[in-house]
Amino acid sequence: MKFLRNLLDNIKPNFEKGGKFEKYYPVYDGIETFLFVPNHTTKIGSHIRDAIDLKRTMMTVIIALLPCMLFGMWNVGHQHYLAIGEMAGLGDGLMDKFLFGLIRVLPIIAVSYIVGLSIEFVFCIIKKHTINEGFLVSGLLIPMVMPVDVPLWMVGVGTAFAVIIGKEVFGGTGMNVLNPALTARAFLFFAYPTKMSGNMVWIDTNVASDSGKHIVDGFSGATPLGNLAELVSLDRTSARAAEIHQMIAPDGIHSLYNSFMGFIPGSIGETSALACLIGAVILIITGIGSLRIMASMFAGGLTMAMLFNAWDANMFMEVNAIHQLMLGGFMFGMVFMATDPVSAAQTPTGKIIYGFLAGFLAIMIRVFNPAYPEGVMLAILFMNVMAPLIDHYVVDANVKRRMKRLKTA
Amino acid sequence: MTTSKTVKIRKGMNIPLKGEADKVHGTPPVSDTFAIKPTDFHGIRPKLTVKQGDEVLAGSPLFFDKDNPDIVFTSPVSGEIAEIVRGEKRKILDILILADKQNRHVDFPKGNPSNMSREDVIKTLLKSGTWPMIRQRPLDIIANPSDKPKSIFISAFDSNPLAPDMDFVVHGNGDDFQTGLDALAKLTEGRVHLNVRNEQGASKVFLNARNVQVNKVSGPHPAGNVGVQIHHIDPINKGEVVWFVTPQDVLVIGRLFNTGKFDASRMVALAGPGIKKPQYYKTMIGASVKGLINEHATEGNHRIISGNPLTGKKIGKDGYLGFYDAQICVLDEGDHYEFFGWMAPGGNKFSLSRTYPSWLMKSKKYNIDTNLHGEHRAFVMSGQYEKVFPMDIFPVYLIKAIMANDIEKMEELGIYEVAPEDFALCEFVCTSKIDVQDVVRKGLDQIRIENAPAKHH
Repeated sequence: MKFLRNLLDNIKPNFEKGGKFEKYYPVYDGIETFLFVPNHTTKIGSHIRDAIDLKRTMMTVIIALLPCMLFGMWNVGHQHYLAIGEMAGLGDGLMDKFLFGLIRVLPIIAVSYIVGLSIEFVFCIIKKHTINEGFLVSGLLIPMVMPVDVPLWMVGVGTAFAVIIGKEVFGGTGMNVLNPALTARAFLFFAYPTKMSGNMVWIDTNVASDSGKHIVDGFSGATPLGNLAELVSLDRTSARAAEIHQMIAPDGIHSLYNSFMGFIPGSIGETSALACLIGAVILIITGIGSLRIMASMFAGGLTMAMLFNAWDANMFMEVNAIHQLMLGGFMFGMVFMATDPVSAAQTPTGKIIYGFLAGFLAIMIRVFNPAYPEGVMLAILFMNVMAPLIDHYVVDANVKRRMKRLKTA
Repeated sequence: MTTSKTVKIRKGMNIPLKGEADKVHGTPPVSDTFAIKPTDFHGIRPKLTVKQGDEVLAGSPLFFDKDNPDIVFTSPVSGEIAEIVRGEKRKILDILILADKQNRHVDFPKGNPSNMSREDVIKTLLKSGTWPMIRQRPLDIIANPSDKPKSIFISAFDSNPLAPDMDFVVHGNGDDFQTGLDALAKLTEGRVHLNVRNEQGASKVFLNARNVQVNKVSGPHPAGNVGVQIHHIDPINKGEVVWFVTPQDVLVIGRLFNTGKFDASRMVALAGPGIKKPQYYKTMIGASVKGLINEHATEGNHRIISGNPLTGKKIGKDGYLGFYDAQICVLDEGDHYEFFGWMAPGGNKFSLSRTYPSWLMKSKKYNIDTNLHGEHRAFVMSGQYEKVFPMDIFPVYLIKAIMANDIEKMEELGIYEVAPEDFALCEFVCTSKIDVQDVVRKGLDQIRIENAPAKHH
């Protein structure tokens, strides 16, 4: 430690005013403050301060994301081996599956961080800002919501879009209107739809052809939501409808249990509701993630799903409400995306409204728009835009209450 | 006599700082220099009435406020003006007084304030230099003698970290306290509210007080902040004024009427992790802390604070007790680097968030130093301010309105009800390390200029 500290102190003058690399001070500062909490003391105001800072906050979110990431890696391998008909049992080849996933997922994570951090560094140098921690979380969220077959260059383009358009044009960390990770996902979805949805992207099937292995007969590659979306236009008595119903039945491949545990195809980190819930517990206990948003979003989704159950206009609406919420990115979005403190509603009441509507809309978009089964992302982005308006009315109500007090006094 | 109110505060937090003062009186070393600091009185423009070498008595004027010449500030002791310490732009920082061995006083009219007219009470308070002990909300400045406050508030407990126990401090001073209350009761047509802590039986001095409404307030800090109490008991609307006084200042006012003397004695808690045996000392307003610190502080690089660690002022080892302060805190100066400090488990660190294990160790006390624990960042909030701000006001929105210089928004969002100290906990818990109290102070100053008569423009 002493050695590192001395090294930093020795090279510091080069980066300070008048130094050779003055321009690159944000880079130096970023590295220095990453390694050492600085020796800054309080100057004005409270002499003592809470031990938390933004780095600690972001690190806590990353810890909460780890279960999703690790499970996601395993599931990438699991789905792959299922597709080629090997080691179909859950307990089979635990390490093989995980390593397979690790090798597939790590490059995506690496690209996301390298591209994102490079852009942040460039912006900080140009704008002479200190480097913010915000991207530490975004950099991991982006890979978690990508299909495993996404080309790496596309991850790079999506990340660049998210950082530049989603964040930096608004003034950087803390200023963005939209959640950067969802911005990346939405951008790629609309820019390259064939690579971001459909039957071909969710399971890594490239290796199969490379290594001469064959995909098993009847393998579809679609996500449960992809299958369920078909129900909307199917006849209730058709054979395909029966087939899909079989998938979500208690002994089907997309049963409630499998969906909850996450043994289903989907984006890398978002299939396991259980892993998301572990993350939720970490975020709620530490006080970093908002319980209000998570709980009200769950309630909103559940309400919509139950209304659909009651309405029953098509077969997609018949899906059990709880099961509905365990599918796709709902749980992941609820825990990690909707709770982003910057883009979510800020007021306590606002958070409840924001969460409820996000959940409500997510299921509505999912069911009403069969061409676009993953409604969670759009619902949250839409609510990101609406959040300031919600807060405005909540604050306004407080102001009115205050004014009324004056009149009655 | 009047219906009391019970207020339960739920939001907030007690900071478990090491070094609370034992309820024991120590003998303080004799202080021979005293200082009155015009900077203790926010918003006044001091005009000196003494120069170096002048002789003064306890109660002799030292300076007055240019904007309100009736408000004079007097010497706590008799002696000789040793030095006028000035800072940038000749701003007066300290008026140093070399004290006599025997304290001689100016004689002010004695008497039972209950039998005096409001004007006479005010005149005595102004002349003796005790008027500055009466402060006002909104704006958190010295009260204007020409105002008529709708009520007067006294918080009978201090919930700040390591704060002196007011029950202990007023013990045995019931007569002076009651006289002080009687004087204050003359000043308002509304009520004098005396707010005691609900959790323990408060001192008899408080519970038996007459001529006041005794309210019970419970909950964690900032329940003891007078602003929080006003908000819940008699909230301030635009155009209204509420005055407030601390219990020790009520004693000074009481002694003034009982003895005819400005008696600036004050009980002070010497506390904090840097003090060997934290306890109480009877000293005086403006006393030098040098002797106390030399005698009682541990070895090390310390920060000496007059007041509490959340709102107090940094003074040197040779510093002086502030006019309003009843507490001297000694903390470790946290100017050190910490390798991966943000990542390490951090068992010895305290945080409201549960990102450190401190939340599992409920009774543990911490040696919290003055390290900022991070760097300034843009506002990224996860509802922290709301957890420690027990008013029906949206703290983050108010802060943002102040930052944006939006006067109308500030008014709507409740700036008339707050003072910097109400935001001290928000500042403490702030992830983004924003200097919230400074922001609030600037907002209040701006409101003051906006509402002031034309001469300020």
